[in-house]
Parts: sequence; C-alpha cells; structure tokens
Amino acid sequence: MTNEECKKAVLDIIADIAPDEDLSGVKPDVRLRDQLQLDSMDFLDIVMELRKRHGIEVPEADYTRLASLDSCAEYLTPKFNALAAKS
Amino acid sequence: MNLPRIVITGVGLTAPNGDSLAQFRGNLLAGVAGIEWLEVRYMGRLLAGPCHFDPLRHQKKKEVRVGTRAGSISIWCAREAIADSAVAFDAFPKDRVGIYIGCTEHGNVETENEIYAISKFNYDTKFWSHYHNPRTVANNPAGEASLNLGVTGPAYTIGAACAAGNLGLIHASQMLRLGEVDLAICGGVSESIHTFGIFAGFKSQGALATHDTPAKASRPFDLARNGIVVSEGGCLYTLERLDDALARGARVYAEIAGYGVNSDASDYVLPNPVRQAECIRKSLANAGLRPADIHIVNTHATATTLGDIQECEAIRSVFGKGCPDTFVNNTKSFIGHCMGAAGALELAGNLPSFDDLMVHPTINVDNLDPACALPGLVLNVPSRAGRIDTILNNSFGMLGINSTLIVKRFVP
Repeated sequence: MTNEECKKAVLDIIADIAPDEDLSGVKPDVRLRDQLQLDSMDFLDIVMELRKRHGIEVPEADYTRLASLDSCAEYLTPKFNALAAKS
Repeated sequence: MNLPRIVITGVGLTAPNGDSLAQFRGNLLAGVAGIEWLEVRYMGRLLAGPCHFDPLRHQKKKEVRVGTRAGSISIWCAREAIADSAVAFDAFPKDRVGIYIGCTEHGNVETENEIYAISKFNYDTKFWSHYHNPRTVANNPAGEASLNLGVTGPAYTIGAACAAGNLGLIHASQMLRLGEVDLAICGGVSESIHTFGIFAGFKSQGALATHDTPAKASRPFDLARNGIVVSEGGCLYTLERLDDALARGARVYAEIAGYGVNSDASDYVLPNPVRQAECIRKSLANAGLRPADIHIVNTHATATTLGDIQECEAIRSVFGKGCPDTFVNNTKSFIGHCMGAAGALELAGNLPSFDDLMVHPTINVDNLDPACALPGLVLNVPSRAGRIDTILNNSFGMLGINSTLIVKRFVP
C-alpha cells in the first residue's frame, strides 16, 4: 500500500463518521481537527474502524500519530503493509 | 390551594400514520391505520408500526449516526412542537426550559445492536462501541433533545412503562406549577420496534398480535383480537402557565384539568381494574369533575384478551351504565401500541375534537366482544358530538403503573 492509498483508506473512514463534512479539500499536512468538525469520540471511531475494517490496532499512546493525513500515512502505511505481508 | 393553570400551546408528533397533528387527525377520522410488515432480527417478518419522519429536517447526519432512534424522535417532536407553539424560542432563556420525556424502556435497541455487532467478531468486546453508554443511559432521549435545542434547564426521562406518555405531561405540569421552569417540552417517545426483545417477550407471553392484513391487526375490543402490535412514535407538547401563554398571545389547544397516578401493587404484567378505577376517580377528583362531565374517554386497551376486559370493567365501575354525553374510543386500533409515546400520542389524536366536535372511532371491530360493550363506544366510523369540553386519557403500564390525564377546552 502506498501513502496515498493509506490516506484514501483513512478518508473513507472519515467520510462515514463525519458524513456532513466536505472532504474534497482536506489538506494532508494540516491537523484533521483544525479543518474538520471532529471530536475525541470521532477519533475513537477512526481507531475502531481501523480495527474493524483492516485489523489494525492503534495503541492509545499512538493516537497523536493520527493527527493529520500525512501523519496517518506515515504511521499506518507500514502497519497496512506488515499485515499484507502476513496474509 | 390556588395553583397556576397549565395549558397546551404546541404539539409535535410522529405516529405510524402521520408526522403532524393534522395528518394524524385526518387519518384517524378517515380510518387509515399505520401498521406494516417489519423484518425483525432473529424473528422474521412481524407486524409493527414504524414512523416515516425525516430526521434530517432537524438533525445533522452525524447526530443521527451517533445518537439513538429515540433521540431522533424526541428531537423531531420537540422541534415541531416549538414551531407549532410559535414561542420565540431563540430568545427564550434556555435555563428556564424543561424537557420531560416519558419512556417505556430505553437502551435495549442499542445494547442488542452492539451484541449483534460484536457477534461478527467472535464476541470480542474490543469491538464494543464507545458510544454505548451515552446511547443507553436512561436520560438519552431527553439529553439528545437538550443538545439539539441548546436547552440548559432540566432534561430527563420518566420511566413509567406504557403509562409514561401521560406522566411526561403530568410531571411537566407539576414543574411549571412549582415555578421550576417557564416552558416545558413534554410527552413520550418510543423506539421499541428496533429491539427484537420486546416482540419476543410479548410473543412468549402470548400477547403479540398476528393477522394476514396489517391494517386489521390491532383490534381492541374485537372478539378476534389476539394481542399487541408494537409501534414506535413520539409526541411532545409545549406546556406553559396560562398567564405566560396569554401574555405572548399563544394559541391554546387545551388546559390541563387534572390527573391521577397510582400503582396496582398486585402483579408484574396483569392489570388490576380496581386500581385502574381508583386512578380514574383520582383524576376526576383532581379535576373537580364528575364522570358525566367527561365527553371522551380515550382507552388504553392494547387488544389483549384480558387487558381490554379489565379496563372496560374499570371504566364501567366509574361511569356506571353510561353517561349520555360520554364517548369512548381507542387510538391503538390505528397505530398499534406506541409504548412510552402511547399516552401522549393518543391524547393528541383527540385534541382536535374541541374544534371539530368529531370523535375518532375504534377501528377493526368486526364483532364486538360483549365484555367490552361500553356505552358510548365509537365503533369503526367517527361520531359527531354535540359538545366536547373534556377528554380523559387512560394509560397503564407493566408493574402496575396507572395514569389518567384529563384535559379540558380552554375557557379564559
């Protein structure tokens, strides 16, 4: 999985948990909370959906790594690829 | 004791056969029921009364996703009632608004959904939603309404089984009289059709209605009645002290005349006609009225074999062989049993009688059970009345909670 594919997977999740938001102009280098109406429960939703949809665990200590699309990709892409390598 | 007079100034509702008072009333007079087939988890196709309001009129998609069906019903009804009341809500001090919502139960739907969801993950609880607790707390339906409306006054639910809709209005009246709030949004809601448990419970109890034709399924007082049709719905009113309502030039639907609430203390599920009669008498005494002063008795009857007969026994013991000006009807024959919303919705269905002098019927009575042949029972087609000044509304629930609410035509 590429970084761009990883960002798309995260955006797909956000589209479901924040259905009123326009995601077409999300800036990858800006914190998601600074450009979208997302609260702490929504971030728990992102964590839950990563677990449900992709089998990816994000420990609480790493939640800050999900701050922006860029940081998501940096943190999650290796996890996606590690999982893909296992299967 | 000279208590402030309390009046109804707005109505917001969703019923299986209507999402506004005008639509609901129109269907009650036209004989249009709202019962359909519904696919219920683990049980298959069952008869039920779903509502068809559009939650996105008053909520964002995210609110609908995060919240509960009961929350959406509450928000719909509250917003519609406020609009109907024409109160200047934006400018109204929100700490002086109270939200009092009757519920039969809350949390079963959300808990069942979560258990079903984790069943797909081998019951691993790490997949259990972090929204479970805010969705299942007993105050959820009122709390969601407070969030949506920005109400900072008291907002909570009142658990009173199927007597709860009346209790919402009764409690609100008391809070207004105590001066706790200046505007009350009150009544009852139910999301029960989304839990298989309520259907399965009634089925195990032998109290779940079956019929080939959905519109004919809910048939209180008919010899062939065979149980309850479970429905969802909601009805919330705006209540105000009369002086406040008059000061702002509000339209007044009706005045709260009196009420009675008591408990059977006799059985988990079986009604007790002696206590029901006591509750009705208590409401009459509270209103300062005699049985002959009541023009419509809206029955609670749910179409169970025994329950209908027992309520008729209670009504007979209070009203005797009949009061010539008293009509008796039943709204569940159209909409099924809306549980916590039942009392509030059924009252709303009759409120327009003060204006149109029509009494909506009890439909689906092909063969009247002689044990339910109350004088004044309006069967299958509406009756025109010479005079409608009072409505007595019965709502009874499991564990023996009884409530009777009387409203009267507003006379300054």
